Amino acid sequence: MQILPYLVAAYVFLVGCYGLATSRNLIHTVGCLSVCQAATYVLLLAVGYRDGATAPVFSDVEPGSRPVVDPVVQALTLTDVVVGATVTALLLALVLQVAKRHGTVDPDELRELRG
Amino acid sequence: MHHLLPLLAALPLLGAALLVVTGRHLPRAAAETTGLVFSGGTAALALVLTLNSSPPMVEWVGGWLPVDGESVGIVVVGDGPALGMAALVSLLTVAALAYSWRYFAEPPPGHPGAFTALMLVFQGAMCGFALAGDLFNAFVFFELMSVVAYALTGYRIDEARAVQGALTFGVVNSLGAYAMLMGIGLLYARTGELAMTKIGRGLDTAAAGHGGPDGLVLASFVLVLTGLLVKAAAVPFHFWLPDAHAVAPTPVCMLLSGVMVELGVYGVWRVYGTVFAGPGGIPAADLTRALVTLGTVTAAVGAVMCWYQRHIKRLLAYSTVAHTGLFLVALGVLTPEGDDGIALYVVGHAGVKAALFACAGILLDRYGSVDEHELHGRARELPGVAVMFAVGAVGLAGLPPFGTALGKGVAEEAVGGPLTVVYVAASAITAGAVLRITARVFLGLGPRPRDARSDLETSGTGERPETSGPLRRIPDTMRTVPAVLLAAAFAVGVVPAFGGLVARSVNEAGSGGAHASVRWTAHGILLGLASTALAAALAALAVTRPRWVAAPGWAVPLRRLQSGHVGDYVAWLLMGVTVLGALALPGVLGG
Repeated sequence: MQILPYLVAAYVFLVGCYGLATSRNLIHTVGCLSVCQAATYVLLLAVGYRDGATAPVFSDVEPGSRPVVDPVVQALTLTDVVVGATVTALLLALVLQVAKRHGTVDPDELRELRG
Repeated sequence: MHHLLPLLAALPLLGAALLVVTGRHLPRAAAETTGLVFSGGTAALALVLTLNSSPPMVEWVGGWLPVDGESVGIVVVGDGPALGMAALVSLLTVAALAYSWRYFAEPPPGHPGAFTALMLVFQGAMCGFALAGDLFNAFVFFELMSVVAYALTGYRIDEARAVQGALTFGVVNSLGAYAMLMGIGLLYARTGELAMTKIGRGLDTAAAGHGGPDGLVLASFVLVLTGLLVKAAAVPFHFWLPDAHAVAPTPVCMLLSGVMVELGVYGVWRVYGTVFAGPGGIPAADLTRALVTLGTVTAAVGAVMCWYQRHIKRLLAYSTVAHTGLFLVALGVLTPEGDDGIALYVVGHAGVKAALFACAGILLDRYGSVDEHELHGRARELPGVAVMFAVGAVGLAGLPPFGTALGKGVAEEAVGGPLTVVYVAASAITAGAVLRITARVFLGLGPRPRDARSDLETSGTGERPETSGPLRRIPDTMRTVPAVLLAAAFAVGVVPAFGGLVARSVNEAGSGGAHASVRWTAHGILLGLASTALAAALAALAVTRPRWVAAPGWAVPLRRLQSGHVGDYVAWLLMGVTVLGALALPGVLGG
């Protein structure tokens, strides 16, 4: 078992979290959230990987003739991509409204909700 | 009967699609009636299925039945707690839709169905999450309900606070959801399964080889629980909740505080019981340590912060945080009585909290403000609402025979000992804060509070009414809905068969066949009366001697933590992950 892809997934997730925590621009914040999500793609695809296997598409491969990677995690990743697109679109729309209403996209200057 | 299970998620989604397509051409009344029909139909179906949920039903969606025990299908589980949550979600959605009937202002003009459609998607997603039998679909419905909740929270996009609260809500909850997905990926890597029961069995088989859980099980446990605890707003994952609940439209608040947060608690119960409870999972002692610690801190922080709020919706939001803490504590002790108590407490709390938010919405509609200081004495002209607010407060304190009191009494007996103090104190302080609002805003008692430390707090002034234009009188629906909700919370405790029914279905699903009986005990009644008396005393003290209960110096840092800065909240979330891991670590090391 290769450990490297799992380390990459953990690293990408933590880097995204670091970006989220230190972000000075809300568009950057939403981007960092997408980075965190990219970690889930890496992890899921790494889980399904097999050495020497091909894509699970049986149009030109006889079923059972050679190993294929796990199609379940690929389906999960696709669903995950769809979820991520929705979240990113909605959050960017909200950032747009924040920029209009507050006149800034710097989270340090948004101080209306506190206590 | 089990073929009807997927309809609980599908019907509201269908209704939402219909409204999105036809909403533009419908008059407002027709669009809202359509919404009520779909939402009410789902509620009726959920109730019928709940009453027939013994033995539990299982449905493989689309007929993808398992072959030789292996399956790639989507499994939907309809046992008592799942269907009960779906019924609670649906009934509260009907109440919220009825509350917003014709009164609620509708930006985008000319598209009357939009708000109703979003509410229906929210209902469908929450029902789907409650019924999901496999972890990945639980994640998908979890994200769906989150995304709809962000959209609903920021529904009034021309409000500065609303969009900020929705964005914070969105970033923190989505990050939690991605952590949960990482955990699900790790569980799939270990077991090759997604259905919760099969993951649980897979973990046990894997652990049998090398004796006990290992680092991977711990990591997946912590990651999955992070997502659920963010939703359940446990400290230190809770920061998004007050920001979101204070700015969301009132009917949305009723759903957010009444059921969505509780679904996080339900998720913890479901995932631990089905996936991690076996010998290959997390030992019971570790779960108890983690949940009781986090729950106690959550109850304490929620209660203290609740007391110092002047923004009424924010105050109610913190009271939800405190009560979630209480739910987690009783869940953590892992006894059948604790589970039963929580189930009843959640049902009663949903009715009471939604009614209180509904009353706050009436204030917002009348005065364009939900600020305790600004509204001092101004709501004297609303005696009916005052009575409902006070009744809601004592319901929150757990005055017998409210459903909250029955649930709290049973839970208190289950946790026993010093933790009982947490229950009495948290419910008394949150209820005392609500009673204080009643006394000041509706009765005009005591001196007008002075504004202090305005750099520390969010005031409730300058909120825009949610109604389209000033209404001459409060619509009947806005008065009736909170009254009905309070009556329902009362009935939960009074109808003798209800407690037994809930206990039976919860135990059948969750506690390995052990049955506990649920009934009023002298112990529970006395503690309920004690917290109500304590709440009344606190409120009286706050009104007559405001100095005695003013914010002490040590509470200032606690209030500064709620900075409104999304980066801070993410940092706290990461710290919460670490704490959760540390709390659950000993059993894995020992194993």
